[in-house]
Amino acid sequence: MEYLFHILILSSIYTILSVSLSLVAGHIGILSVAHAGFYGIGAYTSALLTIHLGCPFLLGVLLGMMITAVVSLFISIPSLRLHEDYFVIATFGFQIILFSIFNNWIDLTRGPLGIFGIPQPSILGWKIGSDIDFLIVTVIWTACTCGIVYRLVTSPYGRVLRGIREDEVFTQAMGKNTLWFKVSALALSAGLASSAGSLYAHYITYIDPSSFTVMESILIISMVIIGGADSLWGPIIGAVILVTLPELLRFIGIKSAMAANLRQMFYGLLLVIMMIVKPSGLLGRYRFK
Amino acid sequence: MPTLIAKNLCKSFGGHHVLQNVNFELSAPGIVALIGPNGAGKTTLLNILTGFLSPDAGHCALEHQEITHLPPHKIVQLGAARTFQDLRLIRQVSVLENVLLARPHQRGESLIYALLRFGVAKQEKRNRQVVMELLRFVGLQKMSRNLGSELSYGQQKLLSLACCLATEAKVLLLDEPVAGVNPNLGSKILELMLQLRNEGKLIVFIEHDIQAVRQIADCVMVMDAGKIITQGTPTEILSQSKIMEVYLD
Ligand SMILES: Nc1ncnc2c1ncn2[C@@H]1O[C@H](COP(=O)(O)OP(=O)(O)O)[C@@H](O)[C@H]1O
Ligand SMILES: [Mg+2]
Repeated sequence: MEYLFHILILSSIYTILSVSLSLVAGHIGILSVAHAGFYGIGAYTSALLTIHLGCPFLLGVLLGMMITAVVSLFISIPSLRLHEDYFVIATFGFQIILFSIFNNWIDLTRGPLGIFGIPQPSILGWKIGSDIDFLIVTVIWTACTCGIVYRLVTSPYGRVLRGIREDEVFTQAMGKNTLWFKVSALALSAGLASSAGSLYAHYITYIDPSSFTVMESILIISMVIIGGADSLWGPIIGAVILVTLPELLRFIGIKSAMAANLRQMFYGLLLVIMMIVKPSGLLGRYRFK
Repeated sequence: MPTLIAKNLCKSFGGHHVLQNVNFELSAPGIVALIGPNGAGKTTLLNILTGFLSPDAGHCALEHQEITHLPPHKIVQLGAARTFQDLRLIRQVSVLENVLLARPHQRGESLIYALLRFGVAKQEKRNRQVVMELLRFVGLQKMSRNLGSELSYGQQKLLSLACCLATEAKVLLLDEPVAGVNPNLGSKILELMLQLRNEGKLIVFIEHDIQAVRQIADCVMVMDAGKIITQGTPTEILSQSKIMEVYLD
């Protein structure tokens, strides 16, 4: 039972990550490789705030989201003026920088040793101690995230995002400040990824930089692409599949060291198969160019 | 007071002077034809007037407002919209959605309103009505649910005109609005342009078909090698054999 809850909580956290990424990747068609970095900022911010300043859980999450949204501006404002290809490369560089900060700013993050003893959260006096409590909180927030993204993409705001994806010049000619739409959507997406990081940190109670590497970004991208980047359910299903299927490897009795390697191969293989069989993902219609 | 002013506009690409001291003052309402051989700089001029390119020197103004280095969306919001020679549209969404995108001041385009939805549905409904009226005006009302890609070339030109109108711009800059369109649809587009002029718009259009220019233009500007070499009524201009030589080059 514990194990099942664990898988559900992880699926839920990854759903927040993939759904938030789908807002920019699927609807604007710009791929951010820095999503794990944003996820990490949220994890570190709320962990450090609660440990050192005794900051309440919800406030820590909120501050993490705000800081991450602001950090995203440093990447989006300079690079989104350029062509989309530059954006992918710029986010890749940014991801590397964020990882080095997590890994090398020893005074703050303790580097590779990581931070442990992150307190279990409490919300308005409700101590979230058991896995079932945590599952409830995570699922509620995941539903909120999906709700936020769904509302945005079905509004006139979302119409402009898809306009940018299909023809940015035309969208500008229709009087839309396309830079603003791209910057604001990425800030929101980064903020949501950050909240997933906070949840993760307080759930596992231990974080180190290895959870926020570029491989993690690629995992999130795979979830989005496999599920279908421009659909609502696609990224959710992508997250659940990529979290649960590798767990099955354990059941067929593969040693854990081996399983870790197999897992990477499995993600790669799934992505390759998907690109051949259905490039727009299981439920999506948009194909990456 | 002129509606659209260009003053000493210059633009060069890597030493190649594409525009050299372009000057004009145009007033609404009116239809102005911009003619000249390929490579004369007509599209470049349009790109500068709409903010897609910055001039190296000179100014342009739209109803007293300096617009020289403004970004494209600002210029549209101030009242000058354009179409493209290479027909830009969103082919994967419906005709209706294409035109809806162009509507100005949409509340639901702000993050907060998109989430909270105060008054968004109501405005959206109103915008849909306006858009349907526009589609009726250009004769595409039956195709409103079709994808942009399902329209014929001529219908796509009509759609891009409808998008332009949906921005509520007073000045329309149309890059070859009838080129490559079958004669039936072509004369329909010209007819619409006349109607729009009578509603008070200033239309500047680039055109190669002298017959079309003669038919609807109030004023003709002839461009060659980056300069406006002459300007006048169609009867004045199109009868000068020297100009026609440049043009037919
Ligand atoms: N972005 C650009 N870079 C370099 N040269 C350009 C660019 N845009 C236009 N030109 C050149 O400027 C000249 C005028 O082009 P254009 O304005 O498209 O002419 P027209 O629309 O009158 O046929 C052409 O010689 C063209 O090659
Ligand atoms: Mg041209």
